[in-house]
Parts: sequence; structure tokens; C-alpha cells
Amino acid sequence: MTATVKSTSNTDVWLVVPLYNEAAVISEVIRDALSTFPKIVCVDDGSSDDSAALAEEAGAVIVRHPINLGQGAALQTGFDYALTDPSMRYVVTFDSDGQHRPEDALAMVERLRREPLDVVLGSRFLDGRTKPGFLKRIVLKLAVVFTNITTGVRLTDAHNGLRALNRTALDAVVIQQNRMAHASEIVALIGRAKLRFAEHPVHIVYTDYSRAKGQSLWNSVNILVDIVMK
Amino acid sequence: MNEQLGIKIVLLASLAVLGLLMVLPARGARQLALRRIGALLLVAMAAVAIIFPEIPQAVAEFIGVGRGADLLLYGLVVAFIGSVLASRAERKKLTAQITQLARAQAIATAAKPEDRG
Repeated sequence: MTATVKSTSNTDVWLVVPLYNEAAVISEVIRDALSTFPKIVCVDDGSSDDSAALAEEAGAVIVRHPINLGQGAALQTGFDYALTDPSMRYVVTFDSDGQHRPEDALAMVERLRREPLDVVLGSRFLDGRTKPGFLKRIVLKLAVVFTNITTGVRLTDAHNGLRALNRTALDAVVIQQNRMAHASEIVALIGRAKLRFAEHPVHIVYTDYSRAKGQSLWNSVNILVDIVMK
Repeated sequence: MNEQLGIKIVLLASLAVLGLLMVLPARGARQLALRRIGALLLVAMAAVAIIFPEIPQAVAEFIGVGRGADLLLYGLVVAFIGSVLASRAERKKLTAQITQLARAQAIATAAKPEDRG
């Protein structure tokens, strides 16, 4: 860990981790992230396995949805929870399946601290490190084109789960899309509220596990319908 | 293409109105009232059609549909689509309420952030 990590202990940052049936990896993900971010809230979205217990044991705060509501709803619950902490200045959205790296999250928070920005969004496509499959690359690119056209916010990667937001951004970004369309919705809200944003290159670790769990491409159809049919 | 142009225009126009109702966010008293008036009109028209079956037949012939029964079927399809869209909107509203309720409950029963170091 670098010196900046120790000098700023990141107690003003809440890592928001939507959690749904990730018992296989969640302990490691939380332990790994805790060494950088001492405050982690896992929003358990009605997991049927023991994900929540494992995450709690690993050191995260658990906020448990009584029923499954979807990832967008889980993120907003995490935001609402973080907002109850007066010492919170930043929130990072972080996936529970181990495809995000805490060092990327840290770099994004550091940019919020140093630069006049409200939001820093992770992007897989600012450099060549991340290697999604051919079809996935095409769908992600189409999603970017669609989001750019409909929101007026120019991004290289519209559906990256790694984001860092300050309190100003959290006031504007109130997620209504419970299921998967929240990623486009967040971008749209950023555009509408004219938040100052930047993209930051991140490395997404596509493991066999995350590939197997990952979004089916069919979901892009569902997301499109959710966005169009308000 | 130009056969039965009258009914095509009527049906497409009704679908367009339904689509518009879905996109426009107008909620509240006016929309509710319009929906109730619409439902009443529908019942009245159904009653008229039962008592005087020659009326739908005449209307059907006037707008270029062969039989009154066909006209009723077309009307039924449009009404069905409208009902599907309306219940979809209603379900969305319910989902939003359930979400708020579940979220409040989840946060209320979680450990407070101050308990963290």
C-alpha cells in the first residue's frame, strides 16, 4: 500500500457492495477491500445462501433487504445507509463477485479528493488491460452509444459497476430502476444534474467465476425495455 | 392496403392514444377521472350492443368492417392492450412503494454507522 493510503485512512468513504448469492467469493472480496476501506456496507438482496453471514464475519456492515429487489435497489439502499453517517464524504459502488480491484477504487476516491469532481466512473475501455469476449465487447459498445445518445453524457463505458461519488452526487443520483437498468439511469441523472464527472481507467478481472455469474447478454434486451418503458 | 381503411385508422389511433398515456407522466385526478369515464362509456356501449345488435353491425359497415362481431373483437383487442398497460403502470407504482418500505425496514434493522470505528 502507498503512503497516501495510510495518511488518509478513508474513514470518510463507504464502500457500497450489492450482495446476492456470492458465498463462494464474498469473504475474500470483503477482507481484501477492508485493508483499503474500513467502512463497507453489504446490501444483501435476499440471498438464499449464507453470503450475508460470511460478509458480516469478514467485517462488513450488513443491510438486509427482506425480499429480493434487484441490484439497482440494493445500490440505492447502500447510498441511503451511507447518508446516515455524517462523517461520510464519498461512496464507492463495488461489485461483490471480485471483479473490481480496491486499488482502482482508491485511485478514484483520490481523484475526488484532489480534483473538482462529483463523480468518477470506472471504464474498461480507456486502456487495453480488460479483455471481455468479442460479443460482450460489441454489446457493451452498443450500450455506450445508446447511453451517449439518450443522456448526452459522453462516456467510453456505460455499464461499469465501479463508481465513486461525493455527497453532492448522492443528492442527485436517486436510483429508481430496481433491476439492471440503473447503470444507464445513473449516467442520465449525472447528465441531468450537470454533475462534474470523469472516467478513470480500471481493470476488470474476468475470472471463470465472474464470467459464469456475469450478465447474460439477453439482459441487454431487458435493460433496453426498462429504459424505454418508464 | 386500402381495404378497411376506416377501422385501421380507428384502431391505430386508439393504440397511439394508449401509447401516449403510457409515456405521459400525467397522474392524479384528471387521469383517474378520464379512466373511469372511459370504463363507464365502455359498459354503456356494451349494453347498447347487447340490446340493439344492429347498431354495432351498422357501425361496422359504416367504417368498412364486414361484421359487427369483428368490430367487437377489434375493440376487445384494443381494450385488452390498454388494460395490460394500465396494470403494468399500477404494478410499477406498487413496486416503488414496496421498495421504499423494504429499504426503510432494512436500514432500520441494520447496525448504525456510528458503531463503526
